[in-house]
Amino acid sequence: MLNTESAATESRGNLISQKVATLPPSGIRKFFDLLSSVEDIISLGIGEPDFVTPWHIREAGTYSLEKGYTMYTSNSGILELRQELASYLDLHYGISYHPEHEILITTGSSEGLDLALRAIINPGDEVIIPDPCYVAYPADITLAGGVPILVPTNEENNFVVRATDIEARITKQTKAILSGYPANPTGAVMSQKEARAIAELAKKHDLLVISDEIYARLVYGVEHICFPSLPGMKERAILISGFSKSHAMTGWRIGYVAAERSFTQALTKIHQYTMLSASTIAQMAAIEALRNGEAEVEKMVQEYNRRRRFMVKRLNEIGLPCFEPKGAFYAFPSIKATGMSSEEFAEKLLLEEKVAVVPGTAFGACGEGFVRCCYATSLSNIEQALRRMGRFVTKSRLTA
Amino acid sequence: MKEIFEILEQNARATPEQISIMVDKPVSEVEEIIKQAEKDGIILKYRTIIDWPKLGQEDVWALIEVRVTPQRDVGFDAIAERIYQFPEVYSAYLVSGTYELAMLVRGKHMQEISSFVTEKLAPLEQVQSTVTHFLLKRYKENGETFHLPQETNRRLPITP
Repeated sequence: MLNTESAATESRGNLISQKVATLPPSGIRKFFDLLSSVEDIISLGIGEPDFVTPWHIREAGTYSLEKGYTMYTSNSGILELRQELASYLDLHYGISYHPEHEILITTGSSEGLDLALRAIINPGDEVIIPDPCYVAYPADITLAGGVPILVPTNEENNFVVRATDIEARITKQTKAILSGYPANPTGAVMSQKEARAIAELAKKHDLLVISDEIYARLVYGVEHICFPSLPGMKERAILISGFSKSHAMTGWRIGYVAAERSFTQALTKIHQYTMLSASTIAQMAAIEALRNGEAEVEKMVQEYNRRRRFMVKRLNEIGLPCFEPKGAFYAFPSIKATGMSSEEFAEKLLLEEKVAVVPGTAFGACGEGFVRCCYATSLSNIEQALRRMGRFVTKSRLTA
Repeated sequence: MKEIFEILEQNARATPEQISIMVDKPVSEVEEIIKQAEKDGIILKYRTIIDWPKLGQEDVWALIEVRVTPQRDVGFDAIAERIYQFPEVYSAYLVSGTYELAMLVRGKHMQEISSFVTEKLAPLEQVQSTVTHFLLKRYKENGETFHLPQETNRRLPITP
């Protein structure tokens, strides 16, 4: 399908905007096509929870349909939901946002990210992002007319972007730092100390920080640092999050942005012309998620944690060293010992052992030598996948 | 420690080695905790949930409400024991409300259950009355759902 798509794009070259025509397709997309040719695979390549949305939340969605909640909501979203969010953010991170002026409900956090970038970027503005990072970051920055500036991260700094490395890349054009911790694809979390150093930097150079905290609730044995809650950060940070990962609600497409009024107003301007409002059913379900979803969230986090320990231990045992990921639901083992490139490893593993992982390079050049393994799948799947991977690694050692 | 039992309650076949990784404790400690729990009667039994109707072997089940008279000194316990010792009784509970004992009874066929009620249960001196509800369909048992169509994996095989 991809091939026909790009062929079509080429033949109508002049009609497609240059920005879009030159935008590289997602590295994951390429892998998707290969996958569909193999049957009976165990996939560790999925970036979403394996849990179905908790029943009480689904039921609330159904009920809202029955009651006829089928119209647009206000651009900002149902006030009740924004009020619930304000108390939720205050309860968990001790940060207060005004429900009427400082919170915007979006169609997933993806929309929030796009809005934030479009609202702040002037042509040529630079936005600093870690490498590797979530696939949409560089693409969204480019589409908004900005220039993504990659800051390499590596095993030594546990894949957390360092303030000193950021500072070395700050120019007159630098507008913002975009970071997302807990991180996709590495599972890395940012410590209080690291976050504060970046906060100081933002103040010193008068930069904005867009903080993508979609995985905030999925942390293990550490506390999540909500970036805007750091001293002096609320006025220069845009918080982006949603319900997809915390409440297993990916398909509902429901998220939010929280920021000071001037930012929220700017984002809402774009949102009102493009999206109008987030899905009403999803908003009603999200209210229920915030009111009564805590026990289910904790249950899922506990289950992820068990699987996480299992996967990390096994990866290290089979000779794919892996630093301890303390957030999200990804492990990011090094495959350097096999002598293969990330893409070669992922491709061969898929064809020979029918296990799907995502090559680290899909998330940036610094992902070379690593693959992303998602543990949001059943323990028996993880066990079997890791057995196959162990066999694959041993075999590749023998033939190397 | 509680987590070990939660894991076993979900999957009785989880090995001490697997559990030790999941709860981040040494295998020996997990084995010790399990052994002790078995000894102390905290872990009573390891069982399997079987969908018998799928094998074409369906027992007959009934939920029986029993009104009983309590006895001096022992309350309901003596009569309850007298009843629950019958192998036909699968589960027995003392409940609040319009009757005292709720029991789940299992038999090979309807006849077996009705003779249990008329010959064993109803004639007991403390039993005032019984109401028998034969189960027509099992939807959910011990937290497990029956009769659901095989869940197919709806997730895309790879997503960002």
